[in-house]
Amino acid sequence: MANFDLDSYAVITEGLTKRFGKIVAVDHVDLRIKRGEIYGFLGPNGAGKSTTIRMLCGLMDATEGSGYVLGHDIATESERIKEKIGYMSQRFSLYEDLTVRENLDFYASLYSVPNGIKRARIEQMIQMADLTGREGALAAHLSGGWKQRLALGCSIIHKPELLFLDEPTAGVDPVSRRNFWDLIYRLSEEGITIVATTHYMDEAEHCDSLGFIYQGRIAAQGSREEIKANALKGQVIEIECHPMREATIFLETLPGVAEVVRFGNTIHVVIEEDGPLPTDVEARLTSEGLKVNRVEAATPSIEDIFVSFVGLVDRRSLRVQLKRMREGEI
Amino acid sequence: MRSRLLGMIRKEFIQMWRDRFTLAMMLFMPMMILGIIGWAINTDVKHMPTAVLDQSRTPESRELLHAFTNSQYFNLNYHVDSYEQITRLIDSGKAKVGIIFPPDYARSLKQQRVTQIQVIVDASDPLVATSAINAANAIGQVGSLRIASETLQRSTGRVPSAAPLDVRVRAWYNPDLVSAIFIIPGLLGFILMQTTITIIAMVVVRERERGTLEALIVSPLRRWELIIGKIVPNVLIAYAQMTFALVFGVWLFDIPVRGSLTLLYFLSLFFIMGTLGLGILLSTIARTQAQAMQLSYFIFIPSVYLSGVLFPVEGMPPLAKTVAYMIPLTYYVEIFRGIILKGIGISYLWTHLLVLTAIGAILITTSILRFHKKLG
Repeated sequence: MANFDLDSYAVITEGLTKRFGKIVAVDHVDLRIKRGEIYGFLGPNGAGKSTTIRMLCGLMDATEGSGYVLGHDIATESERIKEKIGYMSQRFSLYEDLTVRENLDFYASLYSVPNGIKRARIEQMIQMADLTGREGALAAHLSGGWKQRLALGCSIIHKPELLFLDEPTAGVDPVSRRNFWDLIYRLSEEGITIVATTHYMDEAEHCDSLGFIYQGRIAAQGSREEIKANALKGQVIEIECHPMREATIFLETLPGVAEVVRFGNTIHVVIEEDGPLPTDVEARLTSEGLKVNRVEAATPSIEDIFVSFVGLVDRRSLRVQLKRMREGEI
Repeated sequence: MRSRLLGMIRKEFIQMWRDRFTLAMMLFMPMMILGIIGWAINTDVKHMPTAVLDQSRTPESRELLHAFTNSQYFNLNYHVDSYEQITRLIDSGKAKVGIIFPPDYARSLKQQRVTQIQVIVDASDPLVATSAINAANAIGQVGSLRIASETLQRSTGRVPSAAPLDVRVRAWYNPDLVSAIFIIPGLLGFILMQTTITIIAMVVVRERERGTLEALIVSPLRRWELIIGKIVPNVLIAYAQMTFALVFGVWLFDIPVRGSLTLLYFLSLFFIMGTLGLGILLSTIARTQAQAMQLSYFIFIPSVYLSGVLFPVEGMPPLAKTVAYMIPLTYYVEIFRGIILKGIGISYLWTHLLVLTAIGAILITTSILRFHKKLG
């Protein structure tokens, strides 16, 4: 650890590992999260995101490896860490039988927010969460988006230096999701470091840095630009043709094609670095007797990038997993 | 630290207040149980339906039957002509007792021979049987004595002054031998234990189930603050419950309060602390509220049967006695009865206080230690 500047990093881990019996939930994870950034921790369900966050917050002990949060050792100084961080879980951790104000008041006392500023702080949170006029409503009676913002208010009422958000947008409607990210930007502008896990790949666009985790291992990590630059050496093309089934089967056999994925009416083809050009692909399809309507180069999505970091064998199952999540089956 | 603990206590009170149903149940349950025990349960069974087979049909036999009726224990509902009829009535449950006079009853009495009256008792319910047997024995003895003295008078012409042996029993503390007065204080202790254990185990497990425990663990709240924060409001609610029940018991069942209520409330604190510690201990084992409920029965069952609430500890075999004296309720029942019925003071109860303090301290410490501030 000596070679790291603990001051410029909010979170550093070395070989952080968690085993549950024989299952390795988190497998030698090395995280580098800089102070002040928004760090997106991406991966499908069960990849080890939440477990990693829980170890960093002191909710769980690591089986192996070490970690520093805000300069404190997670193994020995978790009580110091707890005072400085905020944590919001996907279950929101609100007391449903308490009102909005009572929830905020309770969390303020848990974090020993001084009485002199407590009232002002609570008002501030109510305003931020857009809950003015609902201070007396029971948390149970709030809808998803309100609950989510109240939970956020509760987790930052003590002005933490670092905020962990574990799947903060899961199960919340798209409008609320966007509003929520606006709030996160504002917090980031105030200098709070944000670490958010999510399985919505599109939310990566909100983050300064990204970490991809799959099957307990970090597949890629770095700033968003770095990841995009290094990720895909080849390109992605979109094809509309008929009949799709035959086209898909044929494209999979083409040399230089890494992946063929169907998205509705279009076929999404990931080409390797020295693979065929879009025009070549079109020619091959036509010569097979298929009717080609459209072939054009596309910008690789975050999902394409993520998948490209995963070994060839796992790509198909990862795509299926991500597709099901996107469609809200999980 | 003050802010965290006070915040925790305030939150618990608000949650208690919002859950009116549980609150009402806690306060009114003792009343309901007291009502049932006080009005419905009576171990001294009277007016038992009785079948009579009087083969003698003489003034003598009628005189003795009169004694049976006068005792109020027997209602002579059936007068039958055969032994089989008595058997049938008892088998069918219509009669609990059968009385049979031999045909030569009056003749034997006149000839000063020993004569037998048969009393058949349905002993499938021991309470009924005990009452019937005791009453029949007493009637038999009084009758014998009277016949003997009459005989003596006839043969010697002297009137005997009184029965030769006079044993006088005085029932202290509960002169009318009302069973409710014995049972109610013990039962109050049991209800207090049951509700405190269940409620605190539930509120802790509920935090786990709803995911709020995670937020508590991730906060700077200390383990002992969490547990004391749960215990304090529950102690107060237990006191409220106890007061409600006592007022009810005194008002409706004339439960005497002979000793110091201050002492009772003071000693109760140590008992309640122990049961709350036990409840938190349960919550560290149970994962769901249903599990917590089921687990609590492992404590309730031995407590209600072995602690002397229903059956006296003195009569138990050595092993059961040993177990009984490991149960906090045993001590509390003795304290409760001692203060309420006998009016005894601290000088008789300080060993109880020591034991309850020790048990409470062990349970609360264990529950704090077992309550990991970790998820896995």
